[in-house]
Amino acid sequence: MKLTLRVWRQKGPSDEGRFETYDVPDANEHMSFLEMLDVVNESLIADNHDPIAFDHDCREGICGMCGIVINGRPHGPKKHTTTCQLHMRNFSDGDEITVEPWRANAFPVVKDLVVNRSAFDRIIEAGGYVSAATGSAPEANSLPVPKADADLAMDAAACIGCGACVAACPNGAAQLFTSAKVGHLGLLPQGQAERWSRVVAMVERMEEFFGSCTNYGECEQACPKGISVNFIARMNREYLKAKFKDGRKLARGALGDE
Amino acid sequence: MKLESRAPTGPLADKWNSHRFNVKLVAPQNRRKFDIIVVGTGLAGASAAATLGEAGYNVKSFCFQDSPRRAHSIAAQGGINAAKNYRNDGDSVHRLFYDTIKGGDYRAREANVHRLAEISVQIIDQCVAQGVPFAREYSGLLDNRSFGGAQVSRTFYARGQTGQQLELGAYQALARQVEAGTVDLYTRHEMLELVVTEGRAAGIVVRDLVTGEITSHSAHAVVLATGGYTNVFFLSTGAKGCNTTAIWRAHRKGALFANPCYTQIHPTCIPVSGDYQSKLTLMSESLRNDGRIWVPKDANDRRSPGTIPESERDYYLERIYPSFANLVPRDVASRAAKRMVDAGFGVGDLKNGVYLDFGTAISRLGRATIEARYGNLFEMYANITGEDPYAVPMRIYPAPHYTMGGLWVDYNLMSNLPGLYVIGEANFSDHGANRLGASALMQGLADGYFVLPATISEYLAGQLGQPSPDPAGSAFKEAEGAVRERVGRLLGIKGSRSVDWFHRRLGRTLWEHCGMGRNADGLKTALADIGSLREEFWNDVRVLGDGESLNQSLEKAGRVADFMELGELLCQDALHREESCGGHFREEHQTPDGEAMRDDENFAYVAAWEFKGEGKPAELHKEELEFEYVHPSQRSYK
Repeated sequence: MKLTLRVWRQKGPSDEGRFETYDVPDANEHMSFLEMLDVVNESLIADNHDPIAFDHDCREGICGMCGIVINGRPHGPKKHTTTCQLHMRNFSDGDEITVEPWRANAFPVVKDLVVNRSAFDRIIEAGGYVSAATGSAPEANSLPVPKADADLAMDAAACIGCGACVAACPNGAAQLFTSAKVGHLGLLPQGQAERWSRVVAMVERMEEFFGSCTNYGECEQACPKGISVNFIARMNREYLKAKFKDGRKLARGALGDE
Repeated sequence: MKLESRAPTGPLADKWNSHRFNVKLVAPQNRRKFDIIVVGTGLAGASAAATLGEAGYNVKSFCFQDSPRRAHSIAAQGGINAAKNYRNDGDSVHRLFYDTIKGGDYRAREANVHRLAEISVQIIDQCVAQGVPFAREYSGLLDNRSFGGAQVSRTFYARGQTGQQLELGAYQALARQVEAGTVDLYTRHEMLELVVTEGRAAGIVVRDLVTGEITSHSAHAVVLATGGYTNVFFLSTGAKGCNTTAIWRAHRKGALFANPCYTQIHPTCIPVSGDYQSKLTLMSESLRNDGRIWVPKDANDRRSPGTIPESERDYYLERIYPSFANLVPRDVASRAAKRMVDAGFGVGDLKNGVYLDFGTAISRLGRATIEARYGNLFEMYANITGEDPYAVPMRIYPAPHYTMGGLWVDYNLMSNLPGLYVIGEANFSDHGANRLGASALMQGLADGYFVLPATISEYLAGQLGQPSPDPAGSAFKEAEGAVRERVGRLLGIKGSRSVDWFHRRLGRTLWEHCGMGRNADGLKTALADIGSLREEFWNDVRVLGDGESLNQSLEKAGRVADFMELGELLCQDALHREESCGGHFREEHQTPDGEAMRDDENFAYVAAWEFKGEGKPAELHKEELEFEYVHPSQRSYK
C-alpha cells in the first residue's frame, strides 16, 4: 500500500518543531507501525536526511516505551493496542497519516516523537510500593488473597506506564496511571499497612506535575491495557478517606483500616 | 591464568549456608562508606540496586531506557520456578537442582545451581510481600503451572505477564530507595567503558543519550546486570535496545567471556513474515501445556489445518518423546521443529513454521478456560498475524531468545577482575548449555536480591578505609578519551550503508552458520564473513547527526560494532567445542537418531575466553566442571 505521512519533526526541546511530509511507496499489511517507520528511516538515511527519532524497545506491547499519537489518537486507531503492536492492515492504501509525539506539559519533547516521561517515576517514588525490604518476607502462602481481589489487583497492575492516558487527557492529567498503582497495592493484604499514606503521597506528588482530572474518560479509551476509570473513582474515595484520618499518625504512615 | 570457582567445600546442601557464614561482612555503620555502581535495571539490576540501597550502601543505578521499569525482563511471559512443592507432586530443592543441571546438559557448576534452587523459595516469599499479584486458586493460595523439562508443577505466574509483575516489584523497591536517597538513578545513560585501575574495577564511563555528555563515575565495586546478547542475531525475541556493549567493553578490559556459543533458540515464536521484520515475538512456553505441536504427514498437503483429519497429522513431539511429549526442553523442541521444516513439512505461506494447536484443549476445557490462561497471548498473536488462534492453529518457529553464555564469574558472582560483579543473564553461571523455562526470572532475582548482596561484602570488607577511586584520575581520563574518540570515529566515516544494514547482515550470517545447527565448515565461513563485514562497517557505515544530542543511529552503531566482535568470538567458541550440548548443536556430533552427543571426557569444562585484540583470536582458559552429586548421562526425554 501507498501512504503519506505527516510527521512531527523537532530537533530538541528548544526547537519550535513542524510537520514534514514523507511518501511511503511500499508499506506492507503485515508490517507493524514501527517497522513501517523503520523503512521510512532507512530511506531517509539513504538520502542523507536525519532519521525520525522515536522511542521503542520490546516491540511486544509490554515495556511501555513506545507511544505515538497517530491521527490524533495515542497509539492509533486500534483499541487495546500499543503503537508497536499496531499493524498496517489497520490502514488502507492511499491513507494520509499524521504522526505526533505525546502532547502534555508534563512530558516535554526531547526530539521528534521522543518525550520525557520521568514524572511517572517520581509518582512511583512517592509511594508506589510495599516497603518490604529484601529478606523480611513471611512464607508466601501464609496470607491467602481472595482470588477476586488478586485478579482485580492484576487488572490494575497491568499498566505499562506508557503515558497514553496523559496524552489523551484534555487536562494532561495522570489519574489513570496513579490510580492503577494505588488500586493494585491497595487491593492486596500486603499493601494495607501503607494504604492511606500511600494514596496521599502519590496523589500529592502527581499534582506537582500533572493537570487535574475532570472525568472525561478519554484515558480509559486510549489505554492499551484497558485499565478501567473505576480505579480513579476508587483512588478518589481512598484519598478522601485518608484525609479524614488522624493527620499525625498518617504522617508516620501508621494508620490501618478502621 | 588459573580460574578458581571459589565454590565452597562440604556437602552440597550445606555449601551456601556455610559460605554465608564464612564471608566477611561490612557492618551497617560502615556500609555508607562504600560506593557501588549497578548498570542495568532488569530483574537482576533493579533487585540488586534496591537491596544494596536498603542495606545502606551508596548506590548509583544506570539504564539506557527512559525509565528503569522498561528493562527487557518486563517482557518475560510464562513464569518463575520455585521448589515450594505446593502441589505435593514430589518437588524439592534437590529436584529443582537436578532438573536444572540436567536441563543445562551437565555444563553448569553444581554448587551454583544448588544455591539457585535453595533461594528459589525465598524469591516467591519476597515477591508476594512486595505485592506481586501472582495467580491464585479460589482458596486464595498460590497457583502453579507446568513448564518444559520438568515433571512437576512448580511455576508461579501472573497471567502471561509474570516478568512484568516481577520487574515492577523490583522497580518499585528501587524507586523506594531512590526516594530514600540511597540510590542515585541515571536514566537514558549508556555505559560505554569500564575503568580498571591496578587490576581492579574502578568505575565506568557513560554517555548521556539526551545531551551526548560523556562522564565518569567511580566506585568501590561495579555490578553489570546488562542482560544477554541474543540481539547479535538481529532477529530475536530481545528488545531492540538489548545489547552486549557493557559486558563486551568489560571483556576488552580483561574480563573473561565464558561459553559464548551457548545460545538458546526458543521453540515457540511467530515465524518471519517479510524482509522488513525488525524482531521476533515469543509465544510463551506455557502454551505447550495445552497446545499440541504438529505438521501434516504429507509435505505437499496445502489444505487449511482444520480440514486435515487427525490421522493425517504428525504430532511429532508426542511421537518421538512420549514421556515429555510437547513439554520437552527448549533445545530439543527447537531442533525437532527445524528438522520438520528443513524436510519440507513447514506450514504457512512461506512454509516456515509448525502448528501449535489448541483444538483439543478447547474442546476438553472450553474456550473460557483457555482464554483465562492465555488470553493476552492469543490477542498478541492475532494482532501480529491477523489470524484467530481460537479458530486456526498458531504457526510457530524457533527464534534466538536467551544467552546462557556471558562474563565468567566465580561463586561470589565476581569476574576475574576484582571488584567487577556480573549478575543475571549477563553472566554465564547457572544454566549450563541450555536454560529451562521459567528459570531466567529465578536466576535474575536470586542474583540480585540474595546472592550478590550476601557475597559483595567479601570484597568490600578488604577495601574499608579506602576512598573510591578519583574519577578525575588518569585511568578515567584515558577511558573518557577512548569513548570520545570512538564516537567521533563513528560519526566521521560518513559511508553509504545504514547501521541496520550491517546488523541484519551479521544476524543472517550467524543464524545460518551458528544458529540451531553448526558445523566446522559453516563456522569457518562465518568467521571469514564477519571479519570482512567488520572491516566494511568501519569504512562504510553511515551515521548521520552529531554526538551532542539524542542520536539513535549513533547508539546503535556502537552496539553493532561490539556485536560484530562478539559474533566472531561466538563462532570461535562454537568451532572449538567439538561436541553437541544443550543449545550448541554441532552437526558432526549427533546420535544416529539426531540427538545431541556430548563429549564429557574432553569438554566437561567452562570455556572462558581472554580478549587478545581486535580481529585476533581470543585465548582459551578452562574451568573444569566436577560432578559430585549428579552423574552426567545422555539426556533422555523419551
